[in-house]
Amino acid sequence: MALGYRPRHPLHQLRDEMDRLLTGFFGPAAEGIMPAFRNQPAVNVWERDDVVMVEMEVPGVKSDQLDLSVAGAELSVRIERPDTVEEGTAYHRRERPVGPLTRVIHLPVEVDSNRVEAQLRDGVLTITLPKAESAKARKINVVGA
Amino acid sequence: MDSENTITKPAAEEAAMAERTRCGCCYRPNVDILEQGDELLVRADVPGAKSDSIDIHFEDGTLEIRAEVPPRYEGREEFLLREYGVGDYYRTFQVSEAIDSGKISANYADGVLTLHLPKAEALKPRKIAVDAS
Repeated sequence: MALGYRPRHPLHQLRDEMDRLLTGFFGPAAEGIMPAFRNQPAVNVWERDDVVMVEMEVPGVKSDQLDLSVAGAELSVRIERPDTVEEGTAYHRRERPVGPLTRVIHLPVEVDSNRVEAQLRDGVLTITLPKAESAKARKINVVGA
Repeated sequence: MDSENTITKPAAEEAAMAERTRCGCCYRPNVDILEQGDELLVRADVPGAKSDSIDIHFEDGTLEIRAEVPPRYEGREEFLLREYGVGDYYRTFQVSEAIDSGKISANYADGVLTLHLPKAEALKPRKIAVDAS
C-alpha cells in the first residue's frame, strides 16, 4: 500500500521492479511452498539532513534472525521467521508469514556503512544509515574578487 | 509502488468500536489460531504495540483484541517509500469451542501477542443411583 511516494530516477524504479520480480520467481517464494507466498516485508524509508531511515515491521523476529548488509547505496535485509509447527497441532487459521523473507532497498545516496545502526523494539526494526561524507549537502562559500 | 509480492497490512473491517480519540487508520492483525491439546492458542502480530496498551476481552464466545500503537513519526518525515501505515490494531473472533474464560492467559513479546484459551472441562459422566422405594 503506497501512501505516498516521491518519484525516483526511472532507472532506479525499474531496477527495484526487476528485483521484486526476480525475487518473486526464483527467490525464497520458490523455496517454501506454504503459506507465505508474499515474502517481501514492507518498508518505510525516509530521509533527514544527514541520515536515511529504514523501518520494517518484523513481529516475532529475534535479533539473531536478522541479517543486514550494506554496500554503497544498497541495503539488504534477510529475515528468518522459523516455522514453528509442533506435532499434534491443528491450525484453524494461518496468516502470519513464515520462512526467509528478503528485501533489497536501494538508498537514494551512498551511506557510511561503518556507522549504520539498527534497533529492534516490539517487533519494529529501525535502521539508521548516516549519509556518506561525499553525499552530504555542503555550503559553498563564494569568494568575491 | 506496490507489488503483489509485498506483504500488506490490511485495514480492520470492524469499525464498530468506541469512539476513537485519535484519528488514523486501524489495522487487522495477522493471526495464527491453533488447537494444542486442551487449549486454543492465538498468536497475533501487533508490532509497535506496548504490552500495557493491549486490551483483550472475552464475552459470550466473542474474543476481542485491541492494541494501541503510539505514533512513531513526527509528521515531518520526507518519505521515499511508504508501504505501510502505523496505527492501532483491532480484531474480533467468534469462538465456537467452550472456553474456560477464567483461565485465559496472555503474554506479549517482540510484537507478538500470544493468547491461551483453555477449553472448558467437559461434564464428567456420572452414574445416577436409583433409590428403591
